[in-house]
Amino acid sequence: MIEWIISILLLIGGGFILVGSIGLVKMPDFFMRLHGPTKATTLGMALLLIAAMIFLSTTQIGLSVKEILISLFLLLTAPISGYMMIKSAIHHKLDSIERTTGKDNIEDDV
Amino acid sequence: MRLEAKFKWLPTPYRSLLLFAVWLLLNNSVSAGHILLAVTLAVVIPLATSPFRTKQPLIIKPGLAFRHLMLVLYDIITANIQVAILILGPNKKLTPGFVKVPLDLAHNMPITILASTVSLTPGTVSAELYPWRECLAEGKEPEKRFLLIHVLNLEDEQALIKTIKERYEAPLKEIFQC
Repeated sequence: MIEWIISILLLIGGGFILVGSIGLVKMPDFFMRLHGPTKATTLGMALLLIAAMIFLSTTQIGLSVKEILISLFLLLTAPISGYMMIKSAIHHKLDSIERTTGKDNIEDDV
Repeated sequence: MRLEAKFKWLPTPYRSLLLFAVWLLLNNSVSAGHILLAVTLAVVIPLATSPFRTKQPLIIKPGLAFRHLMLVLYDIITANIQVAILILGPNKKLTPGFVKVPLDLAHNMPITILASTVSLTPGTVSAELYPWRECLAEGKEPEKRFLLIHVLNLEDEQALIKTIKERYEAPLKEIFQC
């Protein structure tokens, strides 16, 4: 029974990470590419870590909760690294695809 | 907005609580020795590092902060599913766009939290903050600031701005009372 739960969590988590990576390859410009890795992977990693937590708690030394910390740090760092990348992309004036609206909202760097 | 804590010896109460919890989680135990060590660290580290830090606004409504955290966690799950559907769908249907959201918040710390929640929730990534520098001169009205966000699939700009302001910014304003 436990094995089933762990495998389902691993599969769903892996699925989300796969979708995030597909987004990275498939999207037409840099700004849209960023959406996959900043979101789809956080939930995927969280599910993998929950699976690890259940596995270690049931089979190994006993209750293991360190994984909560890993998900916490991921939640803190994912938006910040995304922000740094999109900021430098704007600084380098990377092209976004034609149909992007509101490009005039971008102000020049000071 | 309140910058100073109630007790001098506990400059950042919630950060101390976080340190306490992180120490116990790292050691994976709740034995008396570890609890004692965690309490010591949670009191000493904020005291020792507070002179180096710029003052941040403190959480004034912890209950609301917890409710907001739960809401954001729920939104992260729905965001993941929505973005997954958008990614797997055809590229041609997507209409990306940059949107400028006017902010009522003035201080850097609540804005950072808002920008991170925007990045983690459906179809939006925060890109830039205008004006970038913080202006908190005494007695001066804080400058109006804008958050530039990139939207993966922009349908209704006004509705999006309204959701962000009501769902994520209003609770933050209340939590920090600024």
